[in-house]
Amino acid sequence: MSAVGEIAGLAGSAGSAGSAGLSPAAQAEAVTLAILDDLRAGRHRGVIVDSPPGAGKSTLVVRTAAVLAASGAPLMIVAQTNEQVDDLVERLSARLADELPAARIGRLGRTGYLPSARLAGLSNVVTASDVDSLGEPEVTISTAAKWAYVREGTWPWAIVDEAYQMRSDTLLAIAARFERALFVGDPGQLDPFSTVTGDRWHGLVWNPMQSAVAVLQRNNPDLPVHRLPVSWRLPRTAQDVVADAFYPFTGFRTGTGFGERGLVVPGPAESPVDDVLDVAATTGWGLLELPARHTMRTDAEAVAAVAQLTRRILERGTLATSGGERTRITPGRIAVGAAHRDQVVAIRAALGGLAATEGDADHPAAGSGSGAGAFGASGAGPGSAGWDGQVVVDTANRLQGREYEITVVLHPLSGRRDATAFHLEAGRLCVLASRHRQACLVVARAGIRELLDAHPTSDPVHLGEPVRFPDGWAANQAMLAHLATSRVQL
Amino acid sequence: MQNRTEDRTEQRLDRLRGRAPRRRHDARTIAALTRNPGCARRAVLDAAGVDKELLARQIGFAAPFGQSPFAIVRGNVFEARVTADECAALLTLLAECLDTDAEAGADEATSSDVIYLDLGASGAGPDAEGPARRLERTEAVLRSEAAARAGAGSRAETRAEPRRTVLLAHPLLRLAVGGQDVYLEPDLLVIRPDGRAHVVEIKSFAVVDGQADGEKVAAAAVQAAVYVLALRRMLGTPAAVSHDVVLVCPKDFSNVPLATRVDVRRQLLALDHQLARLTTVQTLLDALPPEVTFDLAPAADGAPTRPAGELTDALDQLPARYAPDCLSVCELAFRCRQEAAGRTAALGASVREELGGIDTVAEVLDLAGGARTPTESQAEAAAHLMITARMYAEGLSAGQALAPPLAPLPAPAQLQASLSASHPVPASASASVSGGEHG
Amino acid sequence: MTAISSYARALAVATGTAAPTATVRHAHLSARPFVLVPLTLAGEANAPLAAMVGTAWDEATLLVVAQPRNRDLRFAFADQLAQIMLPHVLGFAAATEELTSGPRSLDAPQLIVPNPAGVEFVRLFARSTRFRSTEGEYAVAPNVPVLGRWLTFFAERAEIPGSSLMLAVTDLLGLHWATGQSALEDANLAALLGWIDPPPGLRGAAAARLAEDPRHCPPAGPTTDPGFDTEQLAPAIAAYDTAVAAAAADPAAGSAGVARAVTRLENLLRTQLQPTWDLVWRALDLLDGLPPGASVPARWETDRARYTGFHTYMVEEGLPQARRDGAVTAARRLNRIEQAQAAYDADRAFDDPLVMAQHRVTGEAFSGTVVAVERDRRIPNGRGKGRLVTRPLLTVRTEDPIRLTVGAKVVASSRRRQECVIEAIDIPPEGGGLLITLEARSGMGRSAVPAPGTVAEVGESLCYSAVLADGVRSAPMPDTADTPWTHGGPPEPYEPTEKDTAEAWE
Ligand code: SF4
Repeated sequence: MSAVGEIAGLAGSAGSAGSAGLSPAAQAEAVTLAILDDLRAGRHRGVIVDSPPGAGKSTLVVRTAAVLAASGAPLMIVAQTNEQVDDLVERLSARLADELPAARIGRLGRTGYLPSARLAGLSNVVTASDVDSLGEPEVTISTAAKWAYVREGTWPWAIVDEAYQMRSDTLLAIAARFERALFVGDPGQLDPFSTVTGDRWHGLVWNPMQSAVAVLQRNNPDLPVHRLPVSWRLPRTAQDVVADAFYPFTGFRTGTGFGERGLVVPGPAESPVDDVLDVAATTGWGLLELPARHTMRTDAEAVAAVAQLTRRILERGTLATSGGERTRITPGRIAVGAAHRDQVVAIRAALGGLAATEGDADHPAAGSGSGAGAFGASGAGPGSAGWDGQVVVDTANRLQGREYEITVVLHPLSGRRDATAFHLEAGRLCVLASRHRQACLVVARAGIRELLDAHPTSDPVHLGEPVRFPDGWAANQAMLAHLATSRVQL
Repeated sequence: MQNRTEDRTEQRLDRLRGRAPRRRHDARTIAALTRNPGCARRAVLDAAGVDKELLARQIGFAAPFGQSPFAIVRGNVFEARVTADECAALLTLLAECLDTDAEAGADEATSSDVIYLDLGASGAGPDAEGPARRLERTEAVLRSEAAARAGAGSRAETRAEPRRTVLLAHPLLRLAVGGQDVYLEPDLLVIRPDGRAHVVEIKSFAVVDGQADGEKVAAAAVQAAVYVLALRRMLGTPAAVSHDVVLVCPKDFSNVPLATRVDVRRQLLALDHQLARLTTVQTLLDALPPEVTFDLAPAADGAPTRPAGELTDALDQLPARYAPDCLSVCELAFRCRQEAAGRTAALGASVREELGGIDTVAEVLDLAGGARTPTESQAEAAAHLMITARMYAEGLSAGQALAPPLAPLPAPAQLQASLSASHPVPASASASVSGGEHG
Repeated sequence: MTAISSYARALAVATGTAAPTATVRHAHLSARPFVLVPLTLAGEANAPLAAMVGTAWDEATLLVVAQPRNRDLRFAFADQLAQIMLPHVLGFAAATEELTSGPRSLDAPQLIVPNPAGVEFVRLFARSTRFRSTEGEYAVAPNVPVLGRWLTFFAERAEIPGSSLMLAVTDLLGLHWATGQSALEDANLAALLGWIDPPPGLRGAAAARLAEDPRHCPPAGPTTDPGFDTEQLAPAIAAYDTAVAAAAADPAAGSAGVARAVTRLENLLRTQLQPTWDLVWRALDLLDGLPPGASVPARWETDRARYTGFHTYMVEEGLPQARRDGAVTAARRLNRIEQAQAAYDADRAFDDPLVMAQHRVTGEAFSGTVVAVERDRRIPNGRGKGRLVTRPLLTVRTEDPIRLTVGAKVVASSRRRQECVIEAIDIPPEGGGLLITLEARSGMGRSAVPAPGTVAEVGESLCYSAVLADGVRSAPMPDTADTPWTHGGPPEPYEPTEKDTAEAWE
């Protein structure tokens, strides 16, 4: 348990007891069976599943959907973005084609919706912009925003994906459509937000600004909560630090052990940038620390360092090892994350043609947080001479739910004089620090520790409003302490 | 070795304070440690126990903090009402507020199993023998209760032990703050049948329809967290003291008490961290010239006689970290604000950030107007400021061309002139800034 | 803080006077605003102590609660306020225009308070009066609960961005000027005005310092200065209490004493209220000097419609508003506020180049000159059948640091009905900024060829913004009676009960 955890009286971290003897796969399977059991028994109107990063959330959604579809009860699936919907349609289509060839999936789009190319060839998928035109498919999938405009019909079952990113008022708009529901999501990621302040609703259990899961739990405290126990994405090197900093109450374990994942970086290191890559090759983490200085958000030196680091990963022919297999890292398997849009723009500019342009990140050609990664099969092709794909550069918000071999992160607090709630938000750092399968490289100016030390605590406290944990300030401290062990100074 | 360093620190701090008695910390001042923890000036003065309020007054920057007699009366009336008859009014409220669903109904005989212990009011303040006794008794009660529950817990199902609630009025706690023992007096502690102690904080601000002023609740929460931390350290068993404290406030527009449970884990984290950092004060002291002291040289009647100029010079030796928030938390705010005039920090953190983090307003305007060549590290900020200045000037003139004001804008001719010039602010304006800064 | 307002603050520091952050007035100002300057008793839960009210600078009425802890006196104050305020508020209801959506008043009342704390006072005072019963043990005057419901209406409208039904003067000033001090210090009305309109011979900073001194300038309330409380108010209230006690013993001789004590309190409280009253009216005069923004009348129309709607509700039903929002009400209100916020943000920028300047700094808007137009361009409509639609292309040269990308939707401030989409962004070979190619999608009339004047011409200067109001969608919500289990299920239907009115006071 971390010192921080002790103060707050937190439960501690990784490797939940009880099932300690089981293999990761067996542990995960046991939880999945318990979830399916709860659903079948129908004791509760809702079942909540918390999933740490890369714990096979989508796999669970697809598997549960197949089970429910087989039971004959129509199912609705709610996802948050069109990309998430299409991901699910694609994967469910494949699964149902095997298991239930007669079953149909209805993909509901907005008015004037044209199915994306990836859905075009799927024979068990029907698309339309209104429910009636879909016929009566076994499974109907759409975004929450679209479901909100479906004013009729009731589905015995719903699966709500990424439920922690959905706002309470959105759930209110669609809740009449289902009788029972499975809510799946990652509690450690970014909360939904609003452009307005909502003081008037503080303390209400149905505060419309909170997440769908929060409103559900505050109004139905008895709903069962399951936790997927194994992160298949994160390497063992990320287990303790990510669990301690961001999942202090529940923890999780990784599917692989020490040494099973790692980077092989050919050639000698020629610079501190190369050094940090070498450090990350063994520790899974690297902090490239620039001299302390207060800078603009688009700190040119830091941006250049991020770009340089990204380039060197490729130039040195870095290989990812996973279960004995070696795969060359291609640009498409790298993501660069930052806190602000202007930083993203600057980094893209610094990377030139290597960076995917705006919008490309929406197409998960790079492999989204797919459970495909779960059992070791990386989506990337074998290493070839040319570079496939482009590096995705984006904000934490837009990297949520995605998965890459290596992430390069411009630390949200780098070069800052003071931290705001935005920069300290635990979810932001969590997203940035948990997208990788191999290693996470962080670029930051020295001085973040001092900044955190000097950070004043003056947030108002609202009666009846649950405290959001983990605390961003504490999570940042924990993360920074860990990164310090993998530091190279520029 | 360790001890010698501590002695040296103590001696230096004593010299800084001079002849005045040490201002001891209390829950409120400990809580204030979290409000501007980056300020070395405040850290040193607090560590030395200097009376900042008196100091501020002596240098002509009296702090604007005062409490209305009406507020004091109301606070006392409400507290008296809540604690009357051995806190009779509180019992049901506490049970409702702290009982988890599982526990509810488990113990029916709530009131008959309540023990009320008053450890004695502080009266005129802790005398020589008083605090030690009260501290001892507080600790003894807490330990024996914890032990009794631990015993009962192991035979939980037999129910042989009475499940009782203990109310502890006027307890005294001790907390080491920067090597000094500080005595703290929470309003009330309640030890629940499960053996956990909760801090009860009585405040007289209203809770209307379940909502109260977020700033006031935050202040109460951090103050209660100080007590929780002290209790945990005294007992050595964090689990024995809950991080859920109880805030008792008047309900709606009445004087009827209402209890609300408040989770103070975040406050505990921040406090713990800042208390641990207090040891760094020696580093700050080392940087001080040896002759610096804030001795107020009190006359026989206690009135300070030290010349303001000397005190101000001494203050100048301690780096401040002024932010507008200081105005609501620190007695020296008016002085520090004066010093910060002309600096972007005085306009607020977010303004400073939007101004590219440049330190002074004069520099900002020079860079924006191209009147100063940016240093390498200012290049980005300068580019941003030049764009901002251009957009501002274009926006202003476009707006005024579009819709001439019905009456002349109350902006002075100087500003108008400066905006029509190619450089947003002429050198004369900048000069007047730096002039004003030292004036 | 935005870059523009921060820069304006820096200018203000340098010049010693507030710098404008708006070139038009973004709020409606009534010809006869109802100004309310309230004071409360420290420590109590929103207990009114005094108020200065009226609809003209030189027609102030002073209301005083001689003993604010006395429940009856508080409600007597509420009754007095209602007697002054309700006729004014209701007076706008009669003159209406008929719209397809129903009647709408031609004008509406406007409530002005000094600062956001004044808004909060109104909200809480409304809460403490709207449930009161006019009969039974704790009966209050019939006016009181009606006033409470109207004040609740005003307080709720004050939460809607862009509404002008109730405004706090410091907010209004802060919207139009930036001072050389921090936002926190701007909360002091006198200090804020010290920067915007300093007395002759004083720089803003000096004027603000002077204004912060309670001996020189009483705080704008509702909280009074603790020094004033100790030195003057407490003895005066004590004298009143003594006089009342004396009058109880000897009514004949005592009533004059009570009257004297009340007069003393009135005089005392006037000294605390009059300066703020004057500042409020001075601020309104200053704001009146700015021409209204183009979208201000439309927003005021909405306010008028809401006013008429609430007036009708009060006539037909008139139940007090609930203590807290239910799940459905809360969600609906949040969506309404978000939509209003987006519309208000977009409108303000289109109305005011100085507000637009901020979007230009962040690259969400750009201004430039049209260098090429393909006016009669027609392309297939994308739905087959060989139909063509008119889609003119415009090329705009800009020097602005844009951060928009191809596909972004933009609208020009001078052509708000025409939606354009960025088709290409090129660097001109000869250098000098960027060339933005835009496809006009609407606002060209119905015929195949764009109606004259509907497409910009070469040489025209335009400012395009991507900050539009249509980003925020709001889903239809279920009826309150159908509140789903996820949100606690249907609430008990709300009916005011005895409990509401019998709420304890002491
Ligand atoms: S007012 Fe001055 S001494 Fe006090 S915290 Fe602020 S900067 Fe430090």
